[in-house]
Amino acid sequence: MFRRHDKSSQAKGDNVTIYFEDVPIICKPTDSVAAAVLLSDPGYTRRTPVTKAPRAPYCMMGTCFECLMDINGVENQQACMVPVRDGMKVRRQNGVPILPGDSKEPGND
Amino acid sequence: MTEPADLIVIGAGPAGLAAASLASKHNLSVLLLDEQAAPGGQIYRNIEHNITHESETCAILGAEYAYGAALAETCRASDVTYTPGATVWRIDPDGSVAYSVNGAAHTAKGRRIILATGALERPVPIPGWTLPGVMTAGAAQTLLKASAMLPSGRVVVAGTGPLAMLVTLQLIDAGADIAALLETTRKRDYFSNAMLLPGAMAGQDYLRRGMAMRRAIRASGVPIYGGVTELEARGDGQVSSVRGRSGGERLTFEIDTLLVHDGVVPNIQATRQVGCEHEWYEPQRYWRPVRDSWGTTSIDTITVAGDGAGISGARAAEYLGQLAALDAAYRLDKISMADRDSAARPIRSAMQPHTAIRPLLDGVFTPSFTTPHGDDTIVCRCEEVTAGEIRTAVAQGVMGPNQIKSFTRCGMGPCQGRNCGLTVAELIADVQGVPVSDVGYFRLRPPIKPVTLGELAAMDLSETDS
Amino acid sequence: MFGAAIAYGLSRAGVDTLMLDGHDNNLRAARGNFGLVWVQSKGKGLQRYADWSRESACLWSGFAEELTDITGVSIAHRNDGGMMLLLGDEEVEKRKLEIAEMSKQSGATGYDCEIITHADIQAYFPDIKLGKAVTGASFCPHDGDVNPLKLLRAMHSGFVNSGGRYKSRCTVNTIDHANGVFTANTQEGQFLAPKIVLAAGHGISQLAESVGIDAPIRPQRGQVLITERIQQVLPMPLNSVRQTDEGGFQFGNSEEDIGFDDGTSLDVVQNIALRAVQSFPQLSTVRLVRNWGCVRVLTPDKCAIYEESISHPGAYVATSHSGVTLAAINARLVSKWIATGEQPTDFNHFSASRFHVQAT
Repeated sequence: MFRRHDKSSQAKGDNVTIYFEDVPIICKPTDSVAAAVLLSDPGYTRRTPVTKAPRAPYCMMGTCFECLMDINGVENQQACMVPVRDGMKVRRQNGVPILPGDSKEPGND
Repeated sequence: MTEPADLIVIGAGPAGLAAASLASKHNLSVLLLDEQAAPGGQIYRNIEHNITHESETCAILGAEYAYGAALAETCRASDVTYTPGATVWRIDPDGSVAYSVNGAAHTAKGRRIILATGALERPVPIPGWTLPGVMTAGAAQTLLKASAMLPSGRVVVAGTGPLAMLVTLQLIDAGADIAALLETTRKRDYFSNAMLLPGAMAGQDYLRRGMAMRRAIRASGVPIYGGVTELEARGDGQVSSVRGRSGGERLTFEIDTLLVHDGVVPNIQATRQVGCEHEWYEPQRYWRPVRDSWGTTSIDTITVAGDGAGISGARAAEYLGQLAALDAAYRLDKISMADRDSAARPIRSAMQPHTAIRPLLDGVFTPSFTTPHGDDTIVCRCEEVTAGEIRTAVAQGVMGPNQIKSFTRCGMGPCQGRNCGLTVAELIADVQGVPVSDVGYFRLRPPIKPVTLGELAAMDLSETDS
Repeated sequence: MFGAAIAYGLSRAGVDTLMLDGHDNNLRAARGNFGLVWVQSKGKGLQRYADWSRESACLWSGFAEELTDITGVSIAHRNDGGMMLLLGDEEVEKRKLEIAEMSKQSGATGYDCEIITHADIQAYFPDIKLGKAVTGASFCPHDGDVNPLKLLRAMHSGFVNSGGRYKSRCTVNTIDHANGVFTANTQEGQFLAPKIVLAAGHGISQLAESVGIDAPIRPQRGQVLITERIQQVLPMPLNSVRQTDEGGFQFGNSEEDIGFDDGTSLDVVQNIALRAVQSFPQLSTVRLVRNWGCVRVLTPDKCAIYEESISHPGAYVATSHSGVTLAAINARLVSKWIATGEQPTDFNHFSASRFHVQAT
């Protein structure tokens, strides 16, 4: 779907590895997760809750909520608003997210 | 922040940066909140990184983009407390703001607030617009700015508005394979409006530049089709072709990416959530906050600046930010009214050529996709509500956007109507035969962006002294 | 909600009915409705109302089926019971006392509500972890819930399909009465009928006065939170938490005396969020997507008012904040009362005149 442009400082600074559906993607620290995933030609990045229709990022600025993805096990994150971090595991979201796993109770005061 | 700041500025695009910097210069304590990791908003997205590390990308984006570096630098050098990565999710008329940074929710209070939340793309509800591979022209430009990326396969750009032409040219320059630019601008608008401008040289200058861009696009081998109608994206699971009609000719292009654009509209999520009054701007068919000549809204503590107040472009945004800052300084007793007014004079003069071309631009690039023709076209992307469902509900007597929301779930999804609010209003107006301004808009509720229950539960509400 | 249910019942019975509705932005209590079909909290101080609520809950399944059959709209009605979660020992003790009081008040009819333990509750919810703070719950087998927006839509649809006429942007400003005919004066014109039902929620007191009924209501705000959609894990509604059929978690049940302000406030929102994550810790990473206030239509004893005017026969008032719970009985029995005069048993208990009697 997308690639670095010909005149970009291509090799320079591409030093982050994230995993999309277990496949590594080499990207820059300034990339958003959505941008990095688009480098890998993902086809689609989520299926909708209502009809399971395939969707992919649309606006890249945080207003369309199409880029919702599972990042490190937490679903419904706007991938275009999350900067990549080395080792991140990103997955497509499939319909309605599951209830997140056990978490600490609040009020640790 | 334990004490209220003098000023909270929300948005670090040109309006927000300029407002924050100038306010700080006038000895106001300023908190600048922005959801991106770096300053620049959308128009100057990633400017600091690109200026230093991506000279080639800067060359493609041109001098107008590079201009933003100075705005960012001035703000960084000032005493502004700049908090990037801050997603504002609630604003109150008393100056309270709730926002989240790094998974923790905070509150802050300002004696005044300047909202500089900019613009977003008008929805483009054509058949197939929800297919993977269909994106906005702005999205492609953002990928260029933020990640030095461009579409790897065959691209068509379709729609109307200065950005459609600009992005086409920039992508060509970057090496993209653009099959065509399909302009939905009505030919009669081009010609009738070209005559419009009463002696404004800026307008003619703009037209000349526009013509030059079109020549450059054609010279690179990319055809431009005009007066395009019946635009449709097609594909199975992702976009594979785009169809349209130009003159008598049926057009079809096999593509991997379709970039659509129908102009930009003010981002009114924040102004509506806090309860400002809005007015309908008919030439470009959008809602904008009611404001005075300094940007003060119907809520006295809240000022708007930049495209969020009404589309006027990046340069005007900077000046509007400065005017808002001057007014804030005056209202907070840092400068006299006379000083405010005399400082404002050169700013208004400098702004004038940038706002003078607006009537021309607004008249030429009228929205193309306000009312989807087919009943199967999706209007609400989040909840997958079609134009037909909305028309049926209206015909059954459901009169307003909020009732439509209750009846069809249109507007209840995560985007809160950002991509369907205008379309719904146009559809209701169309079926009822009333002006869109009478129809109204969704009632927008907090949170402006989602926030976790855990963050809410753990928030320290005593951070702001009421 | 009241109006739609009664109108639905009337038009299904063949009565020529015109429903006059207000504007898009009116304070519509129906839009704030939580969606509970709730019995266990109803009728303290007025046993007839406790019974009325229970009767409605029993009619609900049939009503839901009928709506789905007629309109094709599934309204996601559940009727397998509901709970009021109790956090800490004090809440359990307080609830035990309330249950004892209601049992006494209900006498032979009985009050079907019992305290269950943390382990009992967890057994009902195998797919979501119950927080340590939950010390118990009061369970009532008659409680349930429904999708309130789908309900409203289905009743509206059923009403129109049965020949009912609906006019929007038609706020009734005043009512005239002459020669057995009522005239509703609106900005869209005048509408005449021999009978008029005031189910206008917040618009009601003034209009009721003009037809000789005193219907004292006061506003009370409740704030509601709704989250993003999550896979179904909560098969039963709780009084302050339910998972909608679309998957969002809905929280609420706050009570504020703040007039007609349907806004929201962070302190109340935080309290609701805190209780939510104390009850179900896994919800702490689930995102809030909407928060709104809704103004309840409260009568002085929180029980319904149903009354036909003595001075203006043919004018009726019907109101309560429990529009969803009572939708079934409103559609069945209240519409019948209006159409034929046939009163449900001991209906006079619901007259507003009960507020004019000195408390004993």
